[in-house]
Amino acid sequence: MNRTVDVLVVGAGPAGLAAAARLAASGAGRVEVLERERAAGGVPRHCARPGFGADARGLPLDGPAYARRAVRAALRAGATVRAGVSATGWAGPLTLDVTAPSGLERIRARAVVLATGARERPRSARLVPGSRPAGVLTTGELQRLVLRFGARREHLGRRAVVVGGDPVARDAVRTLRRAGVEVAAVVAEPPVGRHAFGAVPVLGGTVVTELVGRGRLTGVAVRGGDGRTATLRCDTVVFTGDWIPDHELARARGLPLVPGTRGPATDGSFRTAEPGIFAVGNLLRGGEPALVAAAEGRAAAAAVLDRLDGRPWPGGGVPVTASGPLRWVTPGLLGPVAAPLILRADRRLVRPVLTVTQDGVPLRRERLSGSLAPWRSVRLPLHWTSGVDLTGGPVVVGSED
Amino acid sequence: MSVTRTGALPVGADAAYDVVVVGAGVVGSAIARTLARHPLRIALVEASNDVGDGTSKANTAILHTGFDAAPGTLEARLVREGHRLLSAYARETGIPVEPLGALLVAWDEGQRAALPRLAEKAERNGHRTTRLLTAAELRAREPHLGPGGLGALEVPGEAVICPWTTTLAYATQAVRSGVDLHLNCSVEQVRPGDPYHRLVTRRGVLRTRHLVNACGLHADAFDALVGREDFVVTPRRGQLLVFDKFARDLVRHILLPVPGPLGKGVLITPTVYGNVMLGPTAEDLDDKTATGTTAEGLAGLREQGGRILPALLDEEVTAVYAGLRAATGQEDYRIAAHPGLRYVTVGGIRSTGLTASLAVAEHVRGLLADCGLDPGPERPLARLRMPNLGEAFSRPYRDARLIAGNPEFGAIVCHCERVTEGEIRAALTSTIPPGGLDGLRRRTRARGGRCQGHHCGAEVRALFEEYGPEKKGRGAR
Repeated sequence: MNRTVDVLVVGAGPAGLAAAARLAASGAGRVEVLERERAAGGVPRHCARPGFGADARGLPLDGPAYARRAVRAALRAGATVRAGVSATGWAGPLTLDVTAPSGLERIRARAVVLATGARERPRSARLVPGSRPAGVLTTGELQRLVLRFGARREHLGRRAVVVGGDPVARDAVRTLRRAGVEVAAVVAEPPVGRHAFGAVPVLGGTVVTELVGRGRLTGVAVRGGDGRTATLRCDTVVFTGDWIPDHELARARGLPLVPGTRGPATDGSFRTAEPGIFAVGNLLRGGEPALVAAAEGRAAAAAVLDRLDGRPWPGGGVPVTASGPLRWVTPGLLGPVAAPLILRADRRLVRPVLTVTQDGVPLRRERLSGSLAPWRSVRLPLHWTSGVDLTGGPVVVGSED
Repeated sequence: MSVTRTGALPVGADAAYDVVVVGAGVVGSAIARTLARHPLRIALVEASNDVGDGTSKANTAILHTGFDAAPGTLEARLVREGHRLLSAYARETGIPVEPLGALLVAWDEGQRAALPRLAEKAERNGHRTTRLLTAAELRAREPHLGPGGLGALEVPGEAVICPWTTTLAYATQAVRSGVDLHLNCSVEQVRPGDPYHRLVTRRGVLRTRHLVNACGLHADAFDALVGREDFVVTPRRGQLLVFDKFARDLVRHILLPVPGPLGKGVLITPTVYGNVMLGPTAEDLDDKTATGTTAEGLAGLREQGGRILPALLDEEVTAVYAGLRAATGQEDYRIAAHPGLRYVTVGGIRSTGLTASLAVAEHVRGLLADCGLDPGPERPLARLRMPNLGEAFSRPYRDARLIAGNPEFGAIVCHCERVTEGEIRAALTSTIPPGGLDGLRRRTRARGGRCQGHHCGAEVRALFEEYGPEKKGRGAR
């Protein structure tokens, strides 16, 4: 079945739903959101904790409530939200092949917004050696298991080790403890504050060197920064953080990626390299909170409306890359509309001096008042890129620390 | 015909078999299937909870031509015949095969000088279509290759295949043709006798007139149970890395190393699932359960793989695993008939067992006749069509007619591998249902992709538990 819509949004998480709601409310015409999971709402559906903003009365929202509200808002604005529907590939420019229980479809749109999110790298992608037992999870799988089955020993084990120091590791610890699973330790490669995880012992500067156990996991071998090794007895290990964008559709279309994030390169208005295709939310880099992703979805609506109005697609843009201890910077392209830079460091940098250079010429050098941490992004305001020559070469953001 | 996983084995007259094949790997399953053509009472007995759960599940998944076998050996003959037989069987039953052809790439002068000798060896093995490629021709064939390739030997006919579907096809056809499959049934003692041997298993005693040892890594230990000590199996570990599907466009052929004095090197090959595989290592071990990977092994593979195909290392790794080959210190199989014991040992099936499996089975049928088995007349086997797991062939999620008939084939559950609810339910209700989530993955690819269950793990588990023994124990969900 061939159909045409005005805007096709792929992914009904916070970013996609926010974009759809804003677009539908702004008269973008027929706005359709595709969600491959059985229910719309994205990752917050599995996060039973506060931290998702507040409702109209100022009461804090948890993840599932936030997700329900986001879906409702998109529907009320007039968008169509379809769950259990998978976009499997491109049939041509702005045209996607779709599989659903109702059959195959080919949907053509005037604009496509990719909001496909991100995943945590599983054990294999982290190249952790050892056996391949049951009991090896990511936070995402852990949360979905609890949502689907409740706290079941055969899924969650009795004693777990959590790997990673990002905020999402705290979600994993909280989920496990609420399910009655003892958390033996949090193992994190960067040094982590001892009290970041409450009563759970934290092994900072430590890496997992091997998974042990046949059938079911029986332990994880670790090595500390001082070279000492130990085996932590556990029957579950949860690998957290270490996000990688779910960029399959972006790559299938040949959209260039930002090397540091592996997300599609966009300009400050979320335009990718291909006219009519936008990318928003954690597809751009993973790991940002739902509220940040949703704000991007809303912000992208203006450029999508420009596209629908027939305004020209600004080509090119100047590539921006991170260097030194900076892991990544987005957006990957600077265009005529100035946009703030979002920055993530590889390690903790206290009041670092950041530099912006283009073609080897320093444009800006400024000491940050706060510090950078590997688990938190920092936003650099517009003035940081104000001197960039849009006809010049790549812009490099670095740190003198 | 039956499949049992738990409980006592059949007793009395029912438990007397004409042939018991011990070991339901690719070789044992092929033997059971071949024997099932005859009006015999046959059991296929396996220690694990699934078929193909040892070396048969963790190998390089190549359908070899046998061009580099030692000429004149039994292995050379059975690999050559097996390639022909399995190619035809795969077409008939829907096992995915992609005949990509292989390139043996020379990276130094010594290797380049070895290529003509390998071509001659191939010719002695009956393969006359190999061709030497210049560096420029090699570059045109494989544009993403790293610098320094001096030339290559092209070997047409080398193919990639789905090893999981192959073993499952043999075992399924055997069961549908009347064979009893007893899983979770390791044989602990053998009491040879006449007219029946008695096999003491964890689940009871089986009686059989004839006995086949297809125990792979444990073939020497099983031989010892019947009082034979003809060889020792030394497990040779091969660690492998599987890269995400984005790597598939980087390589067009099976890239084989040129064997040399410094060892065999590693290969890079596409898989029928659309991934790229790098490996294997070759480590001689003592422990037949050491299927873990090591930091050194994985680092070494990445270093070697990065020289062959530099862009490969930019892609995500979707699986790391290790398999054990059954080496016996002899450059040939160890297949022997012991007529006095009405017993056939099928040992030392090293790296080529998948390719040779159907020819090994034919060979064993002959050896059993030498041991006094009168198989009786031949009849056709039960018909079989396997679900397709190959990317080069039509998959359910793109099949409008299938989805129109059953909407579950339009409900994708495992998004990375595009596995639908319909396929998962079909596997869970098939002739040999999976014993666990890993078995389900080998039947459908569910949870086998880049996210390794991050997105779909809970959903797949819920489907599995709908049909599993836990459901029965728990009552309705």
